[in-house]
Amino acid sequence: MLYGYNGKFIEVDLSNEKISIEKIDEQILREYIGGRALASKILWDRLGNKWEEVDPLGPENLLLFLTGPLTGYFPGARICISGKSPQSNGIVGSTVGGNFAMELRCAGYDGIIVSGEAKKPVYLFIKDDFIEIKDANHIWGKRGIDTIKILINETLKELSNKWPWKGLWKDPGILYIGPAGENKSRIAAVMSKWSHAAGYGGYGGVMGSKKLKAIVVKGSNSLPPVANKEKVLSLIAEVCRVSIQEKDDWRRWGTGFGGYGVGADTSSEPIRNWQEEWHDNKSFGVDKFEERVWIKRYWGDDGCPTTCLKLSAIKDGEFKGAITDNPDYELQAYLGTNLGIFTPEGNVYVASVVDDLGLCGIQGGNVLGFAAELYQRGILTKKDLGIALEWGNPKAFARLAEKIAYRKGIGNILAEGTYRAALKLSKRKKIDLMKYAIQSKGIAIGAHGIRSGLDYPPIIAYACSVQGGDHTSVAGLIREELWKCELSMLFADSGVVCAFNVFKLDWLWDFLEAITGWNITKEEWYEKIAARVLAIQRALLLLGGPDIYWDPRIHDENPERFYEPLPSGPKKGKAADKEDFLKTKSEYYKTLGWDEYGIPTSETLNKLGLKDLDNVLQKIRNKVYSS
Amino acid sequence: MKQIWIARDYSKCSGCRRCEIVCSLKHEGEIWPEASRIRIFMLIPGLEVPHLCVQCPDYPCVEACPTKALSINRETTAVEVDKEKCIACGKCIDACPGKIPHMHPTKKYILICNLCNGDPECVKVCQEGRWNALWLASRPSLSQLSIKLYARTPQEITKDLARNIYGEEFEKGMI
Ligand code: SF4
Ligand code: SF4
Ligand code: SF4
Repeated sequence: MLYGYNGKFIEVDLSNEKISIEKIDEQILREYIGGRALASKILWDRLGNKWEEVDPLGPENLLLFLTGPLTGYFPGARICISGKSPQSNGIVGSTVGGNFAMELRCAGYDGIIVSGEAKKPVYLFIKDDFIEIKDANHIWGKRGIDTIKILINETLKELSNKWPWKGLWKDPGILYIGPAGENKSRIAAVMSKWSHAAGYGGYGGVMGSKKLKAIVVKGSNSLPPVANKEKVLSLIAEVCRVSIQEKDDWRRWGTGFGGYGVGADTSSEPIRNWQEEWHDNKSFGVDKFEERVWIKRYWGDDGCPTTCLKLSAIKDGEFKGAITDNPDYELQAYLGTNLGIFTPEGNVYVASVVDDLGLCGIQGGNVLGFAAELYQRGILTKKDLGIALEWGNPKAFARLAEKIAYRKGIGNILAEGTYRAALKLSKRKKIDLMKYAIQSKGIAIGAHGIRSGLDYPPIIAYACSVQGGDHTSVAGLIREELWKCELSMLFADSGVVCAFNVFKLDWLWDFLEAITGWNITKEEWYEKIAARVLAIQRALLLLGGPDIYWDPRIHDENPERFYEPLPSGPKKGKAADKEDFLKTKSEYYKTLGWDEYGIPTSETLNKLGLKDLDNVLQKIRNKVYSS
Repeated sequence: MKQIWIARDYSKCSGCRRCEIVCSLKHEGEIWPEASRIRIFMLIPGLEVPHLCVQCPDYPCVEACPTKALSINRETTAVEVDKEKCIACGKCIDACPGKIPHMHPTKKYILICNLCNGDPECVKVCQEGRWNALWLASRPSLSQLSIKLYARTPQEITKDLARNIYGEEFEKGMI
């Protein structure tokens, strides 16, 4: 018996309006668990032989919404979204919270696989066995807040019309896109609630390319049965106990704690497009947020004891009506300090606009900062932008975010994300602008710098990660710490759980065993399963295409800025050390059984049971070795 | 046994839904949000509304039941459901001013909070987490009228909350 899974996936072909239910072999589930790992398997199997030609924003791409066996059981449910990434042309596993994953699991499915492209805007409606592709003309073009309002209303009406005997229906789980996704921005997020976003990878743009405005799901069953219920329940109690009794600072302040702390103490927060990484602006302390903008101290996702999210709303003044979650650290940094904005109100306002447009706060904040630095240097002018893009002006940045979401004027270029925008603008301005692009393999770097050496990401964190600039899954050598090694983080993304509740790494394996009954040791995870997934992600990332390719000799590298000495703060003068970087990089490759350029060797692939990947990699080897 | 009442502060609910989890575990043996006697409505994100029986002084649901499947536990003042007698007609739902009773998702009987026989699990987790959206009060201390004020639909409650928390313009086109 298969424990911990429903064993069923919904497959939707939007081109032919065909819906079917797919089963995935138990052996495959055991070898790939779920979420990000399973996504790599599905994508490799189905698109591998034509990967280079697949346009991430074309109908050939697949869009995956996958849970894992731990989802719903491990406190804090999330869902992993994947496909060929329009940012990196590789695979990114991008996770988001909310109530969608729980509803989907209770509807009887472990995931949704979307292919093709609808002729006109649609949304997907799932209620247990009842699945329907529905017209979305009336919500196409709507921003986030309006989209949610309409979808909740309409779904509740439909549910009580079709199943009236039930009594009042509870709201469904909803994933949706805003205008940014509709307009196929590569930096559009898949959104949940007001402000939760799966932003890494650019899957909002993929949803838009498929004309899929939203997925709405209501499940009425229980979670799938587990192998050892007693153990699962005691593990849940343990996670909750530790969160509530031992991690009070974390619960109390959430990720927003970093807003002042990361800048002031660790000198690793982006300030004005990473020109600095230190600030001592006390107005950006989380206590100021609490006093001035919080309306809810604890806000969380299904089953979460930590409820680290904080809700903010602005009730009067020029930013009246703005709503966002706290903002969390990344939004505080990327839509605050990175834009020279140091007031909680300004930050909440820009974040709320970015949320409502369905842009990724990190990718969006990164490209906004990039544009503002070009403005500061006189490279982009008011004429180019249509806006005087002064640091610290929330309204100016909000207006540019709108232009990006609707691809108006310069927004059309910036909607391509920092890397592609830098390429295009370099050509137009006839100077190299890549040095102002703080990204890795097309993916903006999370708001944790490596120059000071005081924050958690290792020196190779972004340069070598198969997820590019992702700060939640960083490349590193150490295996026993979740935040310093993508082999560990891959488990959270495959499980699929909220890593913020993983206070002890061992819990992950304990849960897996109690839920599925499989005895997968940590060693097996690191040496086989995670290594296998990383090899697939790496191979497809290097295969790339059709518009952009990565050469590991050039692109397994930090943004230039990280080698510039920090200009201010207690760590003034510190920069990433090139020698240290090169040494760590080759050590990292070696540990994984990759060659000096980071290409998995034939021997490694054999060991991992991935012989079929060797042909693909041979192609890359030929290219790299011969030039 | 003291007559108990579950007091609630909607504005404090974190939306964690741990109360749904423990309620369904206690009564169904599974993590089963739809079969929980307490349900967290999120008709507008950020405005999570814990919705469960308020033990109206006049018990219109009990009154409306044609088969006498509903009765009042005199010790706890909770409404008890006799699964055998319930014919899933939904008359109690209609009679409840808050539309709080709801049908079991797979079986043919109504679900109403029975206060866990005086030891409410949902209150325990909400208190354990210090969200304090649910807490135990002794029933007689509340005026009978004020109890009944809580028997409103999630829609009505959300509208008021939206006005208080997000501002009045937020009500527009809401629910
Ligand atoms: S346990 Fe408390 S805070 Fe959590 S959802 Fe229930 S009522 Fe709200
Ligand atoms: S709240 Fe509803 S279910 Fe509870 S006693 Fe009143 S009428 Fe009955
Ligand atoms: S008191 Fe018990 S039965 Fe009533 S909602 Fe809470 S957990 Fe469920």
